[in-house]
Amino acid sequence: MNITELTVHELQDKLKNKELTVTEITKAYVDRINEKEKDVQAFITELTEEGMKQAEEIQKRIDAGEKVGELAGIPIGIKDIICTKGVKTTCASKMLENFISPYDATVMEKINAEEMIDLGKLNMDEFAMGGSTEYSYFKKTKNPWDLSRVPGGSSGGSAAAVAADMVPWALGTDTGGSVRQPASLCGIVGLKPTYGLISRYGVVAFASSLDQVGVFTKDVQDCAMLLNVVAGHDEKDTTSVDVGPKDYTKALQKDIKGLKIGIPKEFYGEGINPEVKASLEEAIAKYKEMGAEVEEFSLDIAKYALATYYIIACAEASSNLGRYDGDRYTYRAKDCKNLKEIYKKSRSEGFGAEVKRRIILGTYVLSSGYYDAYYKKAQKVRTLVMNEFHKAFEKYDVIVTPTSPTVAFKLGEKSNNPMEMYLADICTVSVNIAGLPGISVPCGVDKQGMPIGMQIIGNKFCEETIIKAAYAYEQQTKFREKYKPTFKNK
Amino acid sequence: MQVSKEELLHIANLAQLTLEDNEVEKYLQNLQEILNFANIVNNAPVDELDITIGANEAKNVFRKDEVKIFEDIDSLLQNAPTQEQHMFKLPKVIN
Repeated sequence: MNITELTVHELQDKLKNKELTVTEITKAYVDRINEKEKDVQAFITELTEEGMKQAEEIQKRIDAGEKVGELAGIPIGIKDIICTKGVKTTCASKMLENFISPYDATVMEKINAEEMIDLGKLNMDEFAMGGSTEYSYFKKTKNPWDLSRVPGGSSGGSAAAVAADMVPWALGTDTGGSVRQPASLCGIVGLKPTYGLISRYGVVAFASSLDQVGVFTKDVQDCAMLLNVVAGHDEKDTTSVDVGPKDYTKALQKDIKGLKIGIPKEFYGEGINPEVKASLEEAIAKYKEMGAEVEEFSLDIAKYALATYYIIACAEASSNLGRYDGDRYTYRAKDCKNLKEIYKKSRSEGFGAEVKRRIILGTYVLSSGYYDAYYKKAQKVRTLVMNEFHKAFEKYDVIVTPTSPTVAFKLGEKSNNPMEMYLADICTVSVNIAGLPGISVPCGVDKQGMPIGMQIIGNKFCEETIIKAAYAYEQQTKFREKYKPTFKNK
Repeated sequence: MQVSKEELLHIANLAQLTLEDNEVEKYLQNLQEILNFANIVNNAPVDELDITIGANEAKNVFRKDEVKIFEDIDSLLQNAPTQEQHMFKLPKVIN
């Protein structure tokens, strides 16, 4: 048995049957990290030693007859944007290179309460701005399916670590697709819930009205299980919503007869790679075979949504990133004569080019003279996008699109062309703008063996519906049994 | 809309950023390209629509205005580039 290839629910079964111990599981993952990290480069901070110690302590208690939680001793990886007490949280930026959070994010408190083992902080685009993880200050993460390609972004380290079996599951964040797109490019499951379902307290802010924590898992059952852990109202996040207790694993049902699926034809047009489109069409045919009612319709918002996204996200970022000033907990430039110089030099030296680009764009669209033409207009388009989705969900239970217009691209292919990188988000951003839940599930590979993802979008707080649709499809198609990463092109 | 070099430098200054001479052209070109694309929002059929600020209905969330002391001052200050007597140390603001 190869321990690191198992899903978390499989690990749990083996723990219950005493086929495996917590120490054996953690040891297997630590060995795997030691073997694969040099090729994949997913971690900013490894916590393997601490993890082994924690595993041994939990195992001791189990051996002494103590009853521990169902997820106690299950390893996890955390995107380095989520604050972890006593451990560096860098946001993959020189600005926060040495920042050690004095407190845990609410999601970390939940992970720790389950006694899961955090094996490390995972790489990302600096401040979550990017779609390839190439904008990290520290390193470039590689795609386990082809090491010459990107893992997607911004949560590329999280996706690559799960795909490479270095952790069984991971947390990420999604502002415009940063969970779903890397999940798609790395052939795993990624879910971004409805805005407000998971607390943002302790998650470094990029664009506060769009940011959500999301989960990366090997299959849909694990996805429901991890969502159960991290979802829930938090008084420390005033945008968090109280939807009452829910058990998302109850949505793991195979029968989807009568499920109404809307196919927005604009998401299958220009710019979508033909192999991606063909794979999606096959998945849609499978849904019909399973008894779903599929209908094509028009949702002509993608191009407006992308422009709106970059206006709103950059505007919010320009404000949110104002706090990094060299004063209290960030990088500080040397030899500054006065406070103003500390601000300017620290920010100019501490932020990477993409972050500065977005701060400048955000400042521009908020500045007098351009506010009405860009920011205010974008806020109106946000209403339009929400209205269009609202209309669609009067007719359909879920909407199915590609997650990404292409499979994973080559390292360096888009990193010097910001506009081209932005276009990679075309299928995902509208979901954030409307605050909806979306899940990406693998639905095939292209001729070169690179994974393709299908995005299933649900109405607000209808996570159960997209989990059910994803689970039923996964059980029929068994992607994980057919394909796995090859680590080629080392 | 055409962005001038002066405008870019003004915006950078507002954002407390300094652009090196050799960076200005690149940022100017990037900003222009992105704005040209973003202009599409001006073609959207939104004249009759109100603005939306957040993903969910905006409502006030109230709590009691109570002081909560964060005890672990050392862990806060360990991140400070310079500190003195449990305080952040910065250059003089007022001369």
